Amino acid sequence: MSDFWTDTLFFGGVISLLGYEVGLLLKKRFRLAVLNPLLIAVCCVIAVNKLLGVDYETYNQGGQYLSYLLTPATVCLAVPLYRQLSLLKQNWKAIVCGLSAGIVAGAVGILALSKLFGLSHEQYVTLLPKSVTTAIGMGISQELGGLVAITTATIIITGILGNVIAEAVFALFRIRHPVARGLALGNAAHAIGTAKAMELGEVEGAMSSLAIAVAGILTVVSASVFAPLL
Amino acid sequence: MKLLKQFMLILLVSLVGELLKALLPLPVPASVYGLALMLGCLCLGWIKVEQVDKAADFLIEIMPIMFIPAAVGLTEAWDSLKPMLLPLAVVILLTTVLVMAVTGITAQQMMKKGEKHHE
Repeated sequence: MSDFWTDTLFFGGVISLLGYEVGLLLKKRFRLAVLNPLLIAVCCVIAVNKLLGVDYETYNQGGQYLSYLLTPATVCLAVPLYRQLSLLKQNWKAIVCGLSAGIVAGAVGILALSKLFGLSHEQYVTLLPKSVTTAIGMGISQELGGLVAITTATIIITGILGNVIAEAVFALFRIRHPVARGLALGNAAHAIGTAKAMELGEVEGAMSSLAIAVAGILTVVSASVFAPLL
Repeated sequence: MKLLKQFMLILLVSLVGELLKALLPLPVPASVYGLALMLGCLCLGWIKVEQVDKAADFLIEIMPIMFIPAAVGLTEAWDSLKPMLLPLAVVILLTTVLVMAVTGITAQQMMKKGEKHHE
């Protein structure tokens, strides 16, 4: 029977979408931030794969078609951004300052914690690009001599975490302005955070999309400045 | 048919994004080139927003599911994560909150100041 799962390409897609539906149902039923549909989908898929003895490679034969859509979807983020262009022009100073402040704060935080834990230079530069979108982060990590596989994992975990905790952080720090919320999500949690920002509203989503691109580019600069400090 | 044309345009821009990535020696992913390119085309009127909006809204809405396979792939990276698990967890948790809070608060404060200035 296990051969059947190996042979069908639709297995990965079906359990991924099913897991996401389960997540949506749970979120609707209990209204808790921890019950994040993406997080639940990931847990469901991992559990089902373990249960049926399906390895990652087999799952991903079908799953990869979902990942295939990621580049076109990111390109599409230009559409909400275009619709909110006047907002961007009106607030460009706040946008640039907010994003830069967040990136510098993140780099200082990573430096301080790496010193605290006595991490090696290699481990430190592995963590530096953790808030940017995967493709840029991998490039930075490679450039600086980090462990690219761990950087990728860290980026994905950061994204999911940011997606899950965003509303709690906004409540705690009284971040209410939709522009500020969107920038915060995109800057801290890249595209996975942007998915959350889109749920909050079109302005949030547009600002978060902008943050992915700008933060990615600013981090290329900041990481090369911060890398020699440990 | 309309929707198909919209997908075609989006895939075309993605393709040119890939091309730019192959040609330029920068650590910028194809998707970010594509995003900038699409925004440029919309601003210049080369692509009208009605020519891509339906497919774009759909793709954006289902975006979270596109991260599922990569996140499930974390189980493969488990062995390399194990040795630095504690520092990793602390760094990820604290700095994610830090970046989010500092970005949001700074932007919000600056916009408040700007609004007062206008009054």
